[in-house]
Amino acid sequence: MLDLWIRYGDRLIDGAVITVKLVALACIVGLILAVPLALARRSDRRWIAVPAYLYIYFFRGTPLIVQLALLYYGLAQFEAVRESPFWLVLGDAEYCGLLGLTLNTTAYVAEILRGGIAGVPRGEIEAAEACGMSRVKVYRRIVLPRAFRIAWPAYGNEVILILKGSALVSTITVYDLMGETRSVFSRGYDDTVYLYAAAMYLILALVITGTFRLGERRMNRYLRAAG
Amino acid sequence: MIPEILQFGDTGFGDELVVGALITVEIAIYSLAIGLALGLAAAGAKLSRSPILRGIAEVYSLLIRGIPELLIILLVYYSGGAAIEALLKLFGHDGGFDFNKRLAGSLALGLIFGAFASEVFRGAFMAVPKGQIEAALAVGMTRRQVFLRIRFPQMMRFALPGLGNLWMVLLKDTSLVSVIALDELMRETSVAAEATQRPFVFYLAATVIYLLLTVVSDIFRARLERHANRGVAGGERLRRPRRPLQRAA
Repeated sequence: MLDLWIRYGDRLIDGAVITVKLVALACIVGLILAVPLALARRSDRRWIAVPAYLYIYFFRGTPLIVQLALLYYGLAQFEAVRESPFWLVLGDAEYCGLLGLTLNTTAYVAEILRGGIAGVPRGEIEAAEACGMSRVKVYRRIVLPRAFRIAWPAYGNEVILILKGSALVSTITVYDLMGETRSVFSRGYDDTVYLYAAAMYLILALVITGTFRLGERRMNRYLRAAG
Repeated sequence: MIPEILQFGDTGFGDELVVGALITVEIAIYSLAIGLALGLAAAGAKLSRSPILRGIAEVYSLLIRGIPELLIILLVYYSGGAAIEALLKLFGHDGGFDFNKRLAGSLALGLIFGAFASEVFRGAFMAVPKGQIEAALAVGMTRRQVFLRIRFPQMMRFALPGLGNLWMVLLKDTSLVSVIALDELMRETSVAAEATQRPFVFYLAATVIYLLLTVVSDIFRARLERHANRGVAGGERLRRPRRPLQRAA
């Protein structure tokens, strides 16, 4: 069991580094894109709200593995795509995986943020308006920071889901932790490699959970009694 | 109208996709059954007084929560299969073991569903108002009767929205069993895509079918929730005019 690690440990660690990179980038970009999407989804103007709704419904209503296949294998069917500048991203499995993960998580995070925004107490918004803040200022200073705090634990769960979802990029030939694991398995059919991978994913998940707990405590430190 | 390769019959892959979709639904239903049983058992363990049972249930949840679904499926199919084979050998059976793919896939997805369902059930059990349980005891019901008549039915009502969400997740997760070459929708799609060299058409078709399954589930879920809440004042949060309260049969 240990000699498997001696032989292939480096490859699994290389894979884990790719996994961490993919997850981190998808999380950051997804969070940034989710803010306007959540606001659009809440908009009173239908021509803004309906496309946002459809985007979210599409990405939440279909499996990520199909979304990735559509992006990576599907779009490559067209000559026009292969000759366009987009091919730099779509032709590369890693970029394509990152794009798929990001588009997917954006939809989920937008829904989480929408819930957070809806949870901001009405009185705080009225108070801000009474102070004479403009709509933009109310959002920037009161609504969004509050919504982030409310949504934080749910967002932590979403990051775990992205970590687990990132394993699917192995189906479009990316050598992330899962991809390396499957390739090692296909060499010798030694299934202990799956146990190593499971342990590594668990460690990553625990690190993420811990980070979010710490973040939550820091963020809400003003709520604890001064002392 | 429909491109030839998507038509039914020998020339198109339409029928293959439909058969694949049916297998997807079949796997989802098996997994649901396994997952509900596991979820209830694990919720019971989490609420029990025994620290050992609680510990086992917590570890189960933690493991499933932190390991990718894809890996769980591979673990169940390969490592689980190897374990069963070793066990059979121990009992003198020497013919090797061929793990049925549908069984392995449903088992893996059921394990995943059960871990999340246990949290839903636990929350729902705790949401049943204490007063109702006391009232039931006061009218002389036994513990068993209280459970069957009050706690369980009330709990199901609270659990339904959470279970509905998990069903949606499960339906999408069935696509992952394609990695063990189980011929459900995703697998049939990639086979067709490869054979025809027209991946876009097929993956798009699969997307549409998955969306359809989601929409149908959404409608069904809303109905089920309305049905479960029919006896609760204000429970049917709906635009349609309220029907007079039905008397329980």
